Amino acid sequence: MRHSKVGQCGNQVGCRFWDLALREHAHVNKTGVYDDALSSFFRNVDSRKSDGGACGFGGRIQHLKARAVLVDMEEGVVNEILQGPLSEVFDSTQLLTDVSGSGNNWAVGHMSYGSVYREQIVDKLRKAAEHCDCLQCFFLIHSMGGGTGSGLGTRVLSLLEEEFPEVCRIVTSVYPSPEDDVITSPYNSVLAMKELSEHADCVIPVENQSLVDIVNKIKHMSDGGKPGLTIRKDSSIISGQGGLRGAEKPFDAMNNIVANLLLNITSSARFEGSLNMDLNEIAMNLVPFPRLHYLVPSLTPLYTLADVSVPTRRLDQMFSDAFSKDHQLLRANPKHSLYLACALMVRGNVQVSDLRRNIERLRPSLPFVSWNQEGWKTGLCSVPPVGHSHSLLALANNTCVKSTFLDLKERFTKLYRKKAHLHHYLHVEGMEQSCFSEAITSLSSLIEEYHHLDATKGKLIPDAPRLSIAR
Amino acid sequence: MSVVTVQLGQCGNQVGHELFDVVCGDAHDGQRRSYCSVSRERFFHQTERGDLVARAVLIDMEPKVIKHSMNKAANSGRWTYGDDAHFSQKQGSGNNWANGFCVHGPRHEAALEELVRRQVERCDRLSGLMAMMSVAGGTGSGVGTYVTQCLRDTFPKSFIVNQLTWPYGTGEVIVQNYNSVLTLAHLYGLSDAILVHENDTVHGICARLLNLKHISFGDVNRVIAHQLGAVLQPALTTDSHGLYSRNPLGELASALVCHPEYKLLSMSTVPQMPSASIAYSTFSWPGPLRHLRQMLVSNSKMEEGIDWQVRLPAASERSRSLTGGGRGGGRGGGGAAAAAIFNRSLANLLILRGKDVYSAETGGFEDPALFTSWLSPRDAFSLWKSPVPFNKYEKSATLVSNSQALLRPLDDMVRKAWNMFASRAYIHQYVKFGISEEDFLDSFTSLEQVISSYSQLS
Repeated sequence: MRHSKVGQCGNQVGCRFWDLALREHAHVNKTGVYDDALSSFFRNVDSRKSDGGACGFGGRIQHLKARAVLVDMEEGVVNEILQGPLSEVFDSTQLLTDVSGSGNNWAVGHMSYGSVYREQIVDKLRKAAEHCDCLQCFFLIHSMGGGTGSGLGTRVLSLLEEEFPEVCRIVTSVYPSPEDDVITSPYNSVLAMKELSEHADCVIPVENQSLVDIVNKIKHMSDGGKPGLTIRKDSSIISGQGGLRGAEKPFDAMNNIVANLLLNITSSARFEGSLNMDLNEIAMNLVPFPRLHYLVPSLTPLYTLADVSVPTRRLDQMFSDAFSKDHQLLRANPKHSLYLACALMVRGNVQVSDLRRNIERLRPSLPFVSWNQEGWKTGLCSVPPVGHSHSLLALANNTCVKSTFLDLKERFTKLYRKKAHLHHYLHVEGMEQSCFSEAITSLSSLIEEYHHLDATKGKLIPDAPRLSIAR
Repeated sequence: MSVVTVQLGQCGNQVGHELFDVVCGDAHDGQRRSYCSVSRERFFHQTERGDLVARAVLIDMEPKVIKHSMNKAANSGRWTYGDDAHFSQKQGSGNNWANGFCVHGPRHEAALEELVRRQVERCDRLSGLMAMMSVAGGTGSGVGTYVTQCLRDTFPKSFIVNQLTWPYGTGEVIVQNYNSVLTLAHLYGLSDAILVHENDTVHGICARLLNLKHISFGDVNRVIAHQLGAVLQPALTTDSHGLYSRNPLGELASALVCHPEYKLLSMSTVPQMPSASIAYSTFSWPGPLRHLRQMLVSNSKMEEGIDWQVRLPAASERSRSLTGGGRGGGRGGGGAAAAAIFNRSLANLLILRGKDVYSAETGGFEDPALFTSWLSPRDAFSLWKSPVPFNKYEKSATLVSNSQALLRPLDDMVRKAWNMFASRAYIHQYVKFGISEEDFLDSFTSLEQVISSYSQLS
């Protein structure tokens, strides 16, 4: 797997991800041998070797290098990473930085930097890909509201499609809250949306507000919700405890949640289990129509209680929680909309009978589209996350994302109607008014596709007439 | 004579491993030398040091499962897989039949054929090939179908049997019905016999007969392995003249598949009980055989909750089909309803293993009313015996049937796939790899034909 982190948000989330990934593998891999699991995310490099130092499986771990490319148009964030404890994990060939930033302007990121750095980006991606025995998937992490992550990030996405058309592209996009302090975030987001709809295989949208809510919930819990109940420090999904980095920074808690999301999605590709679920399988099963590839993520549990004498929450509760709004990373309401497909990635000591029992229990309350009444994709991975005995990640292709997009469209229209800040964009070479109108048209038609499916909800659709055989 | 097993995908490799474990353990207990030596010869190659190496090829498009199975076997201390008998890639098939069949299969054809050839050459005499796979995913189903095609081309005279695991009805993989339809339609033209296990049925056995509270895939796989072992371990057949049969796959196919339109075989084994209870149970033949017969008649999938109301139709009602209505009245309400859900067989194979096997009374299985009218009961019913108890059960009976038992599950599978196809959902994922809408329609047509044939049995 290859990670491309673009922009401030992308790089900060990415940093949390690599920290937690190292923690997870260290927890499982006690022998210090460079194994299959590690190799999905890391190269093993012996810098004493003259040929570039790549080490194969089975040897001791020398130096782990992340299979990643980091891109930012200002240096602050990347420099910080390079000066921190994760510096060993990246080398300079994996980085691309500039100094002036993108000024929260999608056009600057996508058009200007996109052209200037096109060759360098492709070159770095190619080099990184060459180090892989078998490239299964690209992960792109970015935010939608700014300029670099949103603009240059989506440019990188289309380059990935051009250069590596066969390789799956999964994008984690952080969507801005309505109260976002970047005024032009609706423009940046809508312009990016068109790219995501056209060039990504899967998009996992995450909303800052949901992350804030989860952080607050956990903080409230640990700051003495109930007396005598403390949370195991390394177990909460906002904690970086046990990782390399010491003191927590602002946004760390929120970024840890997204990092945990990525760890869980990739768990079955890295560790063994009785029913493996690969990334390619996620893209296959959750995307019934090419553009409808936006998946609502839910993570549970949020933490484990430290006091072992308190009975662990029943396994079934974990499944119920996955379908509760408190655990979603997007503020939408799936139960009132239509499920097109749903994936459940279970980690830890959970058996197929537990899975079946809970699917049967929850199914009646979840509205599924008529042609996919049993639309479940399930995976069982034996290795739980650090600090938990089991966990569940749910990814739902549900028409409720429509509301997120409608919100975005409304915020866009408010600005666009008044042509506010438009000139900043139109000044950029390659950028025209038509880019805006095409982007909003793309978004509108996407919303329309979801709307169309929603209209079938609750209707009793009869079985399609079968082929009849002449006898 | 030996059987070479080809294990495909996660399910094929997991179930295959359990099968070798069962047959190795069963022939281990120091009993009956000729039984053990025939069983060993059938499933294992013996090295100079006397180590048992499974006659198996392990194929998967990602490495973890094969690695796990090979390690487990090696750690058992009793048998291993060959070091050079496996093939894996890194990226998997993404649950996409087209990816398996159109891309991975052809790409690795030479390597896969070589692996099978190597195993076949180690056999003094090849009895046949068994491919084990699930139909829901991408590798087992897609690559498995392609490999079966290659086997058919490479070994035109050998018996090829496919052991298929059908997924839970309520979804393990969203596109499982598409993958299943494509697999079955293609295999129908390639395979000599298709042995089917349904996860739902086996899960029920684990829950209700084995009393397992927490059921894992390991538990499910061990039940499937037990049933397969009960069929494939050495037995005395009518053609084997007092010796253990050397041709189990061939005799299985000849006994049960009398017509190429009817290849779907289901199986039931009695008794099945928690292993802790076996030592405390007494075994006799009449009870279990009676149950097994009624399980066949009423299409009950396990020895519990058998519907004793279903009776064989009287001669006058024998033209009713399983799904067709037909006029009521005549023999009384119960009779007409019973005839409507009676499970008609084309052929049955009963396998008895254990003590006093020669005294078992099996006449009930030769009742002409059980069968279609095409074959005489003498030809439609086959009986194999072995005086050696199987897998710790003092007495056990297994019935392999070519009947209407799989008609409803097959129909459900096709109906769901068709509904999905009507909306064209996910089709772009298959087209991307080389399967067109036409190919889908061809597969649907083939299976509707099979459904129609089984429905109309009389």
